[in-house]
Amino acid sequence: MLSRRFVMAAGLTAMTLPRAKGWAASQKVSPQDLALVDLLTWGVTPSAIDDFLALGREQWLHAQLTPPSRQRVPADVQQQIDALTIPRQSVVDLARDFETEARTARKIADPAERAKAKKLHQTAMTDIARQAATVSILRALYSPDQLGERMTWFWFNHFNVYQGKGNIRVLIGDYEHNAIRRHALGHFRDLVMATLCHPAMMRFLDNADNKVGHVNENYAREIMELHTMGVGSGYTQQDVEQLARILSGAGIDFQSDDPRLKRAWQPLLVRDGAFLFNPARHDFSDKIFLGQTIEGSGFSEIEQAVDMLCAHPATARHIAHRIALYFVSDNPSDALVMRMAQRFTQSRGHIPSVLDTMIRSPEFMASLGTRFKEPVRYVYSAVRMAYDGKVIVNAAPIQSWLNQLSEGLYNRLTPDGYPMESSAWSSSGQMMARFDIAHKIGSGAAGLFRLPGEDGPGESAFPVLQNGLYFDTWRATLSRQTRAALDKATSPQEWNTLFLSSPEFMS
Amino acid sequence: MSLDRRTLLLGMAAASPLAMAGRLWAAPAGGARLLVVFLRGAYDATNIVIPTRSDFYYESRPTLAIPRPDPANSHAALSLGDAWGLHPALRETILPLYQKGNVAFIPFAGTDDLTRSHFETQDTIELGQDINSSRNYRSGFMGRLAQTLSGTSPIAFTAQLPLIFQSTGAIPNIAINAVAKSAITERQVRLISEMYAGRPLASAVDEGFHVRDDVYHAITEKLTQASRGAASPKGFELSARRIGQLMRDRFSLGFVDVGGWDTHVNQGGATGYLADRIGELGRGLAGFSEEIGPQWDNTVVVVISEFGRTFRENGDKGTDHGHGSVYWVLGGGIKGGRLAGEQVPVDQQHLFQNRDYPVLTDYRAMFGGLFQRMYGLKQRHLQAIFPIVSPMDLKLV
Repeated sequence: MLSRRFVMAAGLTAMTLPRAKGWAASQKVSPQDLALVDLLTWGVTPSAIDDFLALGREQWLHAQLTPPSRQRVPADVQQQIDALTIPRQSVVDLARDFETEARTARKIADPAERAKAKKLHQTAMTDIARQAATVSILRALYSPDQLGERMTWFWFNHFNVYQGKGNIRVLIGDYEHNAIRRHALGHFRDLVMATLCHPAMMRFLDNADNKVGHVNENYAREIMELHTMGVGSGYTQQDVEQLARILSGAGIDFQSDDPRLKRAWQPLLVRDGAFLFNPARHDFSDKIFLGQTIEGSGFSEIEQAVDMLCAHPATARHIAHRIALYFVSDNPSDALVMRMAQRFTQSRGHIPSVLDTMIRSPEFMASLGTRFKEPVRYVYSAVRMAYDGKVIVNAAPIQSWLNQLSEGLYNRLTPDGYPMESSAWSSSGQMMARFDIAHKIGSGAAGLFRLPGEDGPGESAFPVLQNGLYFDTWRATLSRQTRAALDKATSPQEWNTLFLSSPEFMS
Repeated sequence: MSLDRRTLLLGMAAASPLAMAGRLWAAPAGGARLLVVFLRGAYDATNIVIPTRSDFYYESRPTLAIPRPDPANSHAALSLGDAWGLHPALRETILPLYQKGNVAFIPFAGTDDLTRSHFETQDTIELGQDINSSRNYRSGFMGRLAQTLSGTSPIAFTAQLPLIFQSTGAIPNIAINAVAKSAITERQVRLISEMYAGRPLASAVDEGFHVRDDVYHAITEKLTQASRGAASPKGFELSARRIGQLMRDRFSLGFVDVGGWDTHVNQGGATGYLADRIGELGRGLAGFSEEIGPQWDNTVVVVISEFGRTFRENGDKGTDHGHGSVYWVLGGGIKGGRLAGEQVPVDQQHLFQNRDYPVLTDYRAMFGGLFQRMYGLKQRHLQAIFPIVSPMDLKLV
C-alpha cells in the first residue's frame, strides 16, 4: 500500500523537479521500507528515499535515532529562519523587553492611548509566536533529522503548554527548541527537568504562583498525572499536595538582578535564564512523597522528586504506552508496551533505546502503513509529497490548516496535549476539513510560495502528483474504487485533490 | 412540562423507527430535543449559583465572594429564593428564564470520580460507564442514547467528534464556529464518496457531505437577533444561536463544549474573568432559546462540568480542583424556577473531605431521570445507556 504512494511522489519529482533520480532508486526499495520511512519521518518523499537508500536501512535508522546535537536544516531554510526576529535575542531579553513594554503601556494616562499601546503590545507578542510556529514548520518539513522532528512534536504535545496564556507567546519558541527539541532523542529525565526549568511551563501550570503558605497544586498534579506516572497509577491526593510543597518557590523572574535574600538563603537560589528557584518562597518543611521522606533542603528536593518519578515503573509504562500509541496503533499490545517499558527502565529513560525496541518489534513491522494520520501528519506529509525539494516561503497557510483541523501548533488549551487515538481525528467533520485542504494543496500553491502580505498570484504552480510515465506502475497498487475515481478526474488539479483525499493517503 | 406534552413525547418515541440507519435528515418535527453543554475546565459553580445564606461561604472566599442580594448593589447576587443567588452577569439572560420557570439548578451534582483530573473526569462523564470497569473509548453515553433512540438526528457542534458521542454508528460533527462554503464540487463529492465505498470511513464521509450542506444552508439564513438590528453575536453566543436554528429544524440531539473555566488564578468576582465567561454563556443560552423559537417548549438543555472547585479560595484569588458542581437544566417546558435534587446545608461540616461540595446527585442518575421522562425509556433501555446507576426523577420534565 505504501509503494503506490512513493511512486506517486516519484512521478511528481520527475515532472516538477530536477531530481529525477528518486524514481530510478525507488525501484530498489521494498514497500516495507517505504512504509518505515513514511512513519519515522513527517512523510515519505523521493529525497527521503534517496537518503535511505544511500545509507542503507541500519545506518539510516542509526542516523535517525542519534542525530548530531547541532540542529541541522538545509541552507535555504536556515536563511529563512535567520531572517526572523526571534533568533536574534535571548528569550530572557525578549521577555524582559515585553514586560517593560507592558508596564509602560499600563502607565499611559490617556485611556485611548493606553488601549492602543496595549493592543500593539499584544500584536507584537502574537507575531513572536507566529515566528516560532514558522520555525517549527520549516524544521518539521525540511530537517534531515526527521525522527527527531517527529519526537519534538510528540514531546511538545506530552509537555503541552498553550500559547494564549499570559506571555507564553514570547516564550514558546524557546520552549520548543531548547526545552523540547534539544532533548527529544535524549534522556527522559532531562526533558522533565528542562520543561520544569522553563518559564513557559512555570507560567502555564501556575507554579510561578506556588509559594509557601499559598500552595498551588496545578503543576504538581499534572507532572504525575500527565508527564510521568500517569493517572490512576497509585499516587494519592496527599502525594500531589506534598509535591506541590516540594515545588514551591520554583517560578519565573525576568529581572536581571537576583532578588534580595537573607544571607542563609543566598546559596540556595537557583537561576536558569528566566527560571528562578527562590528560597524565600519555598516551604522548607520535610515532605513525605510516594512513601519516602524528602528533607526540606530547597531545589534539591525537586531533583530528588523528579528522580523518583522518572525511575518509577509506572512512568516507564506510561511513556512506553504513549510512544506506542503515537507510532503503532490505538491499541498497542501489553507485550509491546512492556518490552518498551523494560528498555526504558534498563536504559534509564534513554528515548532512542525505547524507540529502537519498538522499531524492531514484529508488532511495529506488521503495523506499517496502517496508522491513521493525525492532522499534523496529514498536512505535513501532503506538503512534503507535493513539493519535495522546493522550500515554502510562507508557513501561514499550514498554520491555518492545522487550526482548521483542531490541531494547531501551540493551540491546545489543556495540558493533556492533543489526543493520539484515531477516533479523535476521523469523524465526518474532520474528513470534510481534510478534503478542503486536499483541494487547496492539490489545486495551487495555496499561498505557500508567496510571502505574507505580498499581492498578486506569486508562484502559484500546482503540483503534478500524477505522472503519465509511471501511470501503470502505481495504478495497479491503488484500490479499484480509488483508481476508478482518479480516472474520472478532468484536470491535474482535480486528480491531486482526489488523490490527497483518498483513503490510501489517510494512513 | 404539561401532561399533553409528555404524552406527545412518549408517543413520538414509541413511533420512532428502530434502525439507526433509517435516520432522517429532514426536520425532526415536534419531537423532543436535547442539547448538552459541557463546560470544560471545571467552572466555579460556587460563585455562579451562590449559597448566599451561608456565612461559611463569605468566610471562605474573602476576596472572591459575591455579595448577598441587594437591589441597590449591581455587583450583588440576584436572589433565587432565600438560600441561593445567581451571578449578576446573568441578570439579563438567565434570570428572566429562571423567573419564567425555564431554568432549574441542580446543586451538589457530579460524579464518583475522585481523581480531580480534568481529563480523567471529563472522560468519565462522557463515557458514562462504570468507573470500576475497564473503559471502552468507542462508546460515549450520548452515542448510546442516539442508538437507543433511533429516529433522532444527533450531531456534535464541535470540530472533533467528542468522546460523549462515540458509538458504532457514524455521528456527524461540524465546527459550528467556522462554517464556510466548501470548494469541493458536487462532482468531486461523488468521486470521493466512491473512493470510500465499502471502507471503514464510508459512512463518516457520506454523513459529512450531507450535514455540511444542511448546515451551510441553515446558517446562511438570517439569525433572529441580527434581523432585529442588534449587534452581531460572536463567540459562544454566535455558536449557540446557530445551534438553536439547526435544532429548530434539523437536529434533535446535540452536544457543544465551552472551554476556559480552569480558574486557578485571579478569577474575579462580580466582574473579571469568570464573570465575562459566564456572561457569554448566559447570552449564548438565551440566544439559543430565541433561535429555536416555538421548539423551545420541546427542548431540554443540560449544562454540566467535570467537577466543582475548592470551596475556599486559594492564595492566588482563584480556586483549585474540587468535587461537587452545580448543573443547569433549561427548557420551555421544564418545571424550573427552583433548585432541584437533594441538598445539604452549605457549611464546613458538610464539605466533602473538608474541601469541596459533596456529590448528592450523580450525573448518570440525573440524565437517566431526564431520558426516562423525555423519551419514555424503559429500565432496560436506560441500563444500556448507564449500566449501573438507577435514574433519579427530579420531576423536571
